[in-house]
Amino acid sequence: MNNHTVNEHIQCRLMVIGAGMAGMAATLFAANRQIDTVQVGVTGEINFASGLLDLLAVHPIPSGTLWDNPREAVRRLVREAPDHPYARLTMDRIESALEEFTSFLKKVGHPYYFHSGRNSQVLTAVGTAKTTYAVPLSMHNGSIAYKKRLPCLLVDFEGLKGFSGRQIAETMKRQWPALRHVSLGFPDVSGEAYTEHMARALETESIRAQLADAVRPYLKGVEMVGLPAILGIYRTRDIIAFLEDALGLPVFEIPGIPPSITGLRLREVFEDQLPHRGVRTFYQKRVLSAHIQKNGSFLFAVGGGEPEVRITADAVILATGRFFGKGLTADHREIREALFDLPVFQPDCRGQWHRRAFLNPGGHPINQCGLETDEQFRPLSLEKKPVHHHLYAAGSILAHQDWIRQKCGSGLAIATAHAAVAAFERATDNEIDASATG
Amino acid sequence: MKTIPHIKTQVLIIGGGITGTGLARDLALRGVRCVLVEARDINAGASGGNHGLLHSGARYAVTDPVAAGSCCKEGELLKRLAPHCIETTGGYFVAVAGDDEDYIDDFERSCRQIGIISEPLDVKEALEIEPSLSPDIIAAYRVNDATIDPFRLSLDNIAHARELGTTLLRFHRVVGFDRQAGRIQKTCLTDTRNGGNTTVDAQIVVNATGAWAARVAALADVTINTICSKGSLLVTHTRITDGVINRLRRPGDADILVPGGTVSILGTTAERVDNPDVIFPEIHEIDHIINECSVMVPALVSTRCIRAFCGVRPLIDSGGGDDDRSASRGFMLLDHLEAGVDNFITITGGKLTTYRLMAEKTADLVCRRLGVGIPCTTHMVPLPNAEDVRWTEPGLSPRTWIARQEPDDLLLCECEMVSRRIVDDIVTSIRRQKGEPDLSAIGLRSRVGKGQCQGTICSQQLTAYLYRQHQIAAREGSDQLRRFLQERWRGQYPLLWDIPLVQAELQEAIYCGLFGLELDQEGT
Ligand SMILES: Cc1cc2nc3c(=O)[nH]c(=O)nc-3n(C[C@H](O)[C@H](O)[C@H](O)COP(=O)(O)OP(=O)(O)OC[C@H]3O[C@@H](n4cnc5c(N)ncnc54)[C@H](O)[C@@H]3O)c2cc1C
Ligand SMILES: Cc1cc2nc3c(=O)[nH]c(=O)nc-3n(C[C@H](O)[C@H](O)[C@H](O)COP(=O)(O)OP(=O)(O)OC[C@H]3O[C@@H](n4cnc5c(N)ncnc54)[C@H](O)[C@@H]3O)c2cc1C
Repeated sequence: MNNHTVNEHIQCRLMVIGAGMAGMAATLFAANRQIDTVQVGVTGEINFASGLLDLLAVHPIPSGTLWDNPREAVRRLVREAPDHPYARLTMDRIESALEEFTSFLKKVGHPYYFHSGRNSQVLTAVGTAKTTYAVPLSMHNGSIAYKKRLPCLLVDFEGLKGFSGRQIAETMKRQWPALRHVSLGFPDVSGEAYTEHMARALETESIRAQLADAVRPYLKGVEMVGLPAILGIYRTRDIIAFLEDALGLPVFEIPGIPPSITGLRLREVFEDQLPHRGVRTFYQKRVLSAHIQKNGSFLFAVGGGEPEVRITADAVILATGRFFGKGLTADHREIREALFDLPVFQPDCRGQWHRRAFLNPGGHPINQCGLETDEQFRPLSLEKKPVHHHLYAAGSILAHQDWIRQKCGSGLAIATAHAAVAAFERATDNEIDASATG
Repeated sequence: MKTIPHIKTQVLIIGGGITGTGLARDLALRGVRCVLVEARDINAGASGGNHGLLHSGARYAVTDPVAAGSCCKEGELLKRLAPHCIETTGGYFVAVAGDDEDYIDDFERSCRQIGIISEPLDVKEALEIEPSLSPDIIAAYRVNDATIDPFRLSLDNIAHARELGTTLLRFHRVVGFDRQAGRIQKTCLTDTRNGGNTTVDAQIVVNATGAWAARVAALADVTINTICSKGSLLVTHTRITDGVINRLRRPGDADILVPGGTVSILGTTAERVDNPDVIFPEIHEIDHIINECSVMVPALVSTRCIRAFCGVRPLIDSGGGDDDRSASRGFMLLDHLEAGVDNFITITGGKLTTYRLMAEKTADLVCRRLGVGIPCTTHMVPLPNAEDVRWTEPGLSPRTWIARQEPDDLLLCECEMVSRRIVDDIVTSIRRQKGEPDLSAIGLRSRVGKGQCQGTICSQQLTAYLYRQHQIAAREGSDQLRRFLQERWRGQYPLLWDIPLVQAELQEAIYCGLFGLELDQEGT
């Protein structure tokens, strides 16, 4: 899809900038509404995502209170932190966004599980139980196992760093004594084992069979088998079915340190599917400069390093993320928005960006910085007016949220993307109405 | 009632910095039996938070000729006796337009009088040798500064002392003295990891606790007048200069740039603190260091910094007002006889560079008291290069890893190329010394977590490995991870802008966003 000629000029209704969770969601929602859309973004960041879809687990941050019912949590949050982006959304909006997003994933072979509207827990590679909302198929059994504290076998692999079954079992021992662990060699790998290599290897049946054979002798007395997240990239569902059949037990994946296959899986799905839905995509390209033209439309230069394509668009959804995504940048004095130099809500000085304790229960104030918007998710100027009637923002670039501590990353990204697309659609309808009557 | 474990020894040394470890070796070489107790780990204090400059003495030539003279002599001695801890980089003193020109004359004269080699260079020549120097420099001298690895130095000293019979107790804090009849009868220790108590019965007690000396002395009702002066330092991503760069002016803030392996270290500042246990490198200090050092080396304005750290110097309170820079860099050897305790000695102040001399003078006094007639030999006996401790050297791990080329020897820390085998070596040596090989102890003895990712990836890779090797059990790993990440964070948080900020956000996304390490304090 990326074979446009140099200095080609493209026009579109909507330009989505960003290929993280928010950018992918916005593009999907726009495509579902037949909006003429172009998406530009480097898909590196989504590789780091765990594949779990958090909605909201913690509120208030300093007390670390965990919520079982995310809807109640959102209701409380919105009351007590009225600047939070969730406060600009109805519960219906959040739910239909997640519903639309996950039903797409289900259709293309990556179903997600909701535990009757409740949050659920998933075991992690450091032996903590992470509270999340929607769980991908590959981790679903793990949350059941955790809930019932079922006897499980945790498998790790000789050459795979950063993942030890013993670490998880030992750390969890007091609350989950029925965890066993074993270290195995991964079929056909000597020396270092890389998650992506393992995942690709498991796409072939013979490797799957060898893996099952290696695990089989250790199943006595266990009811499920947990593995690092390596169960394929494209055929995860088949691989899980194969292993479950071969072992006679449910299996599940445990998320760990990057690079994570769960993120890669999502990326591959979107990169593959969105172009089929009429979106013109420029992955691995960046928006190099952005201008608002006299007629009110946007003009972008897009390319790998040098400008390769010019794109004009009537509307923009800015889903460029925070510092890691490169939507925000900081020098030693201030934080800026990278593309339009939009005003960024931020602490008064660098001295207030971070706390002295990494794990400070209150979180770091810098995480609450970002773009302030109106009800339509349009970033505001210093005068608190929308900078442009068709410039929208979605995802982690938004101010007054701390997705890391509140555990609301993907939920926020997906729901705000939904709201931004809806706001654009509504405004467009109004424009059409206005021109029809005028 | 539980009986409290009890240790008997000739000499108890309190403090496991360079002074205490150097003293332990000196006394051990004279056949004196010692126990060294350290509240945390080796070099937890100033000895682990300094510039690593082996002073030629030139810095203090004008303001403190006595200290300058000792630095000069000791520096040369150490270059011969402990070459494996030292890189003979050479150094330069440079003045920039606007600096006090009278001081330049004083500098040249004082160096000559003391016998410190300082060779004038013309500016063009200096810029050729060190091209990153500012074109605005107006004067330059070449001196015999060098750099020293303080971890290696202390670890080698204690390793040799232990070989000769010294007992080391890490994580044991002195919490009180039983002072009766003009003597310290017993010293009470608490194990800082589990709260257990031990008492030590020593003929002589030496307080070598650096900035903590006054606090420890106060436990025996002895008053010492010292000021705690914190200094912060900054580590750059790459090595900026080959040699040490000093500003040619009265010693002040942020006027030294010391290369160390693959990085450079900039500093320092001087700020009084009340409590040497609660110190952080502060943002205003970091900004000040960058501003000032960039006068000598302009590229520093845009150089990536990877870490900040700080240490506390004990300065002798001469009642000299607020300018702590003018306080003496000489050391203080105090016999507390006058205060009515006849087996209690304090050694504090001084420099890393002069540690051997401080140890010699202290050991002389101790031996006089004990009636031991054996003279000091540390000015003649080379410091053995303990195999166990060599992994702190930047660049050594990568070289070894590449040379060994064992296919199953995976890198646990990719940035600094610390492999499983190296970690195994370190674990074995810690076990041999009856220590616990936790993340922090391994971090102290290697470069794990000191590279670009600042521990984001390697801390979990190391934890998982230690679990697999049965070196960690139960929930210890999460606690160790939290502690290790916090130690790295201390050095990162004042430097979080640009790329390091991106790295920090990723680190928090992983450890809090995904793992929820900030929540799971006691399991859910
Ligand atoms: C380590 C890690 C763990 C995570 N764990 C969880 C989890 O457990 N649960 C959960 O719900 N979520 C998790 N997430 C995902 C997280 O929710 C999302 O990454 C976050 O919400 C941010 O999404 P975003 O799309 O707003 O920004 P990002 O994901 O940062 O995406 C920003 C995108 O914008 C692009 N971009 C920036 N500038 C430009 C430009 N000039 N031109 C073109 N493109 C540009 C970037 O290339 C990138 O594709 C995790 C993320 C990480 C990194
Ligand atoms: C910022 C800075 C930069 C410096 N740069 C240089 C330089 O470039 N070159 C140079 O030569 N010198 C330098 N110095 C000086 C040098 O670092 C110190 O002189 C030297 O490290 C002091 O060592 P020490 O062993 O006396 O004290 P420390 O290293 O501070 O050791 C004291 C130890 O005592 C322990 N302790 C404290 N209380 C107790 C207790 N109750 N029980 C048990 N143990 C206890 C502490 O944990 C600590 O480990 C610098 C100092 C600073 C602060």
